[in-house]
Amino acid sequence: MPTDRATRRLPPMAQVLLAGLLLAGCSGGNYTWGWYVVSPLNPQGQGNIAFLLSGMWQTISVSLLAITVSIPLGLLVALPGFGRNRVGQGFNRAYVEFIRSIPILPLMLWVYYGLPVLTGINFDPFTAGVITLVISDSAFEAEIFRGGLQSIERGQHEAADSLGLSALDKLRFVILPQAIRRILPPLGNQFIYVLKMSSLLSVIGVFELTKKANELVVTLYRPLEVYSFLILEYFLLVVVISLFVRRLERRMGADQRQRGR
Amino acid sequence: MAETIISLEGVTKRFGTFEALKKVDLTVALGERMVICGPSGSGKSTLIRCINRLEEHDEGRIVVDGRELDQDTRNVAAIRREVGMVFQQFNLFPHLTVLDNLTLAPMRARGMSRKDAEEVARLYLDRVHIPEQADKYPAQLSGGQQQRVAIARSLCMRPRIMLFDEPTSALDPEMISEVLDVMVELAREGMTMIVVTHEMGFAREVADTMVFMDGGEIVEKATPAEFFVQPKSERTSLFLSRILAH
Ligand SMILES: Nc1ncnc2c1ncn2[C@@H]1O[C@H](COP(=O)(O)OP(=O)(O)OP(=O)(O)O)[C@@H](O)[C@H]1O
Ligand SMILES: [Mg+2]
Repeated sequence: MPTDRATRRLPPMAQVLLAGLLLAGCSGGNYTWGWYVVSPLNPQGQGNIAFLLSGMWQTISVSLLAITVSIPLGLLVALPGFGRNRVGQGFNRAYVEFIRSIPILPLMLWVYYGLPVLTGINFDPFTAGVITLVISDSAFEAEIFRGGLQSIERGQHEAADSLGLSALDKLRFVILPQAIRRILPPLGNQFIYVLKMSSLLSVIGVFELTKKANELVVTLYRPLEVYSFLILEYFLLVVVISLFVRRLERRMGADQRQRGR
Repeated sequence: MAETIISLEGVTKRFGTFEALKKVDLTVALGERMVICGPSGSGKSTLIRCINRLEEHDEGRIVVDGRELDQDTRNVAAIRREVGMVFQQFNLFPHLTVLDNLTLAPMRARGMSRKDAEEVARLYLDRVHIPEQADKYPAQLSGGQQQRVAIARSLCMRPRIMLFDEPTSALDPEMISEVLDVMVELAREGMTMIVVTHEMGFAREVADTMVFMDGGEIVEKATPAEFFVQPKSERTSLFLSRILAH
């Protein structure tokens, strides 16, 4: 399986990345590298690293919150697309097409600065950011669910129907458990996407990884080193998510023991 | 014959403008074993799929077990609980063990406890001669075993009527008889059955009524004795001569 190979290749991949950075350090032209600002080997570097890492929790909690709320929302948006109700189908298409056409940054500015004008409720930056990611993400997840649910053979629906299972039971016990295995990889991708998009929250002042890096750059004036460190932070988070999703996939595949599928 | 359990009156089914069933009339008595045959595309599957509303008919009336199949979804649900269906492609739930395949509907649609449902499931696994496969997954079974599990799964709902849509067509030849044997046993127990099949040996053995369909119509309906010996219709005898030739 190609996915397994990719997992095993990760450490060498990291090596190549580091080697690349070091090489860049040797051939930097006139630039005098200042890696010491993010080096764990001196007190200043340690302080800076601690400062940069302190955004980690915000990034993680924003992303986790956004993905956990948007997955059920995405499912709720996807389901009417399968019903016979024309209004439901229309809602599904309109939601998906409209929401996914909005770039995240404008949507976030609209939620943070615009929505309070309409509703009179002021969101703090964190909440506004999560709302934005949830809205945007749910449209993509609705499409992921649509694809996954559609991929289940008609015979499965017919067997469940002919046994007298209700529509909800059919979904819950027959269709979703099979679809979820096929949906997991694209959902994992979507989680990675959400994590990266959470960096945009720095614009409205959420103190996540990117905002911390921006602050440090302003005081140190070392954008190359600080932003390199920032990229590394995202890279590590993404690796952790990938490993987690792979493990989940394997666990779900294991209890199925389907031959030839 | 005994009381009527299924009746179709002037049933028409269209796919777009194509008429798959053309004003079909048919009655099935309680305990009757009916075998339907006919060329590919003649509407055999469509006919039996209308009986449990996997297809919605466009005209006419279908009454099953005293309930009319109409827009009332409660009627549809009630009828589906009383009518079992076995498919050509088995359609077992691949993510569930054999036992869970069998207990799901009784627990969810009949409100049985897990304990009772498992008891019933083991009873029927016994009846289809594979009690030892309860904890396997469908993909670990042979085609014949899978089809027998599918039959048992339907029986666990304790239906009054069983529909079979070419249950042996997807099987390797050596597995056909193990499935037919189970169906013969079921017929002997008095189950009302409608079976779409080209297994004429089976038909001769169990059928009370033979139905021949062509072009969305019931061309001939007769007892096996009449049907096989002196079919009334030209089309029937032509069809029979073709399939009995092999
Ligand atoms: N969902 C559908 N959409 C459009 N046409 C359909 C559909 N289902 C069946 N038909 C058409 O209706 C006709 C009857 O189909 P049906 O499946 O009932 O035939 P059958 O007698 O069961 O044939 P076979 O022996 O091949 O299973 C065929 O011409 C078929 O192409
Ligand atoms: Mg058919």
